[in-house]
Amino acid sequence: MALISNGTTMFDAGALDSGITKGAMTFISKLTGDGSTTTLTFASGITSTYKEYVFIFTNIHPQTDDKNFTVNFRDGGTNYDAMKTTSYFHAVHGEDDSTSLAYITGHDTAQGTGAQIIAEGISNDADHGVSGILHLYAPSSTTFVKQFMCRSQATRHSDIASDVHVGGYCNVTAAITGVQFAMSSGNIDAGVISMYGIA
Amino acid sequence: MGVISNGTTLLDAGALDSGVPTGKLTLIKTLTASSSSTLSFIDGAASVVLDDTYGVYIIKFINVHPQTNDTQFGMQFNAAGAADFNETITNTIFKSRQEEDASPAELALDVGGVLSQATGLCKISHPVGNLANEALSGHVTLYNPSSTTFLKNFISVVNHSYPSATADVDANGQTMNIFTNGYINTASAIDEVKFQFVSGNIESGTIQLFGLGASA
Repeated sequence: MALISNGTTMFDAGALDSGITKGAMTFISKLTGDGSTTTLTFASGITSTYKEYVFIFTNIHPQTDDKNFTVNFRDGGTNYDAMKTTSYFHAVHGEDDSTSLAYITGHDTAQGTGAQIIAEGISNDADHGVSGILHLYAPSSTTFVKQFMCRSQATRHSDIASDVHVGGYCNVTAAITGVQFAMSSGNIDAGVISMYGIA
Repeated sequence: MGVISNGTTLLDAGALDSGVPTGKLTLIKTLTASSSSTLSFIDGAASVVLDDTYGVYIIKFINVHPQTNDTQFGMQFNAAGAADFNETITNTIFKSRQEEDASPAELALDVGGVLSQATGLCKISHPVGNLANEALSGHVTLYNPSSTTFLKNFISVVNHSYPSATADVDANGQTMNIFTNGYINTASAIDEVKFQFVSGNIESGTIQLFGLGASA
């Protein structure tokens, strides 16, 4: 049964009508770290429905001290090993007032298939962790490489605020259908990653 | 017919009631390039809203692909009632880049690409490649464009493929992460924005205008 108000269809077939104005940022799914797994994986829900997918990670806490937080992408099959070229820089400021703004050649990727670092040397003190946002553009395209950008803020193990910027592309024309987050070693003790679609 | 639940109006007169929570990011307009010389959002035209309805506007670029190889992408603005997309802008731009063969990799200011109280195209990318799989994606955030008190700040972040086999790099592809911040140095309201490549048309791609609600 449809519900029509003033000549406008509001609901039909169990859903809001597509003509009804609503938010353009749609929550899709959420994963929660509980210390039992090394990865948090969005294995479904990444389709052609949205032009941009946004992943917001909040208070990701490593079980092991001084580990990197990483991301990788699935471009067919079951493995998260899409070829990537990325750039990486950070701005850091320590509690001891040390500072740096630098490109980090050891944390970028040049046509590699391994996991891309998106936060570095994260502390596992009880009140530390990493939060940030990853944008993935048009993952379902079979024409273009897949551009992505990430910015994160972490507390490093040596009590340093670390602002990390990663830009790059999955150098494949196959659709990206899965995204996997992981620590470089050890489990994800706690934290939430939410996936949104942008109209 | 309205629908009232527990004393609260949920919908009436063909629309959700304003009191019903919805997302605060609203898609206003989608433009799709088809060998377009420019793509523009003009308040009041073609269902575009670019006024004091929203305090913050976000413009997203999805796989913007140039017809001409090795050309920069940029934007300009118009104040309300003005013409010619030639507002005075001062901006910064820096890049983080890496080539597919790992060299060069660098973080650097791009002092040659900025505007200093100038009215030309505000470039928000380095030259973009136009191989079949190369394009630019990202976003620009424009703050309070309807203000008649403040100049207008903007922040842009894009990532794109740098052209292969250009004169100043070797034959490999390259990722370019470009950060552009600046301000439109006018107290007049801004109600139009235009995007284009320095040379050649926008062959394909999508540009979307969003309004962010509940922001001053």
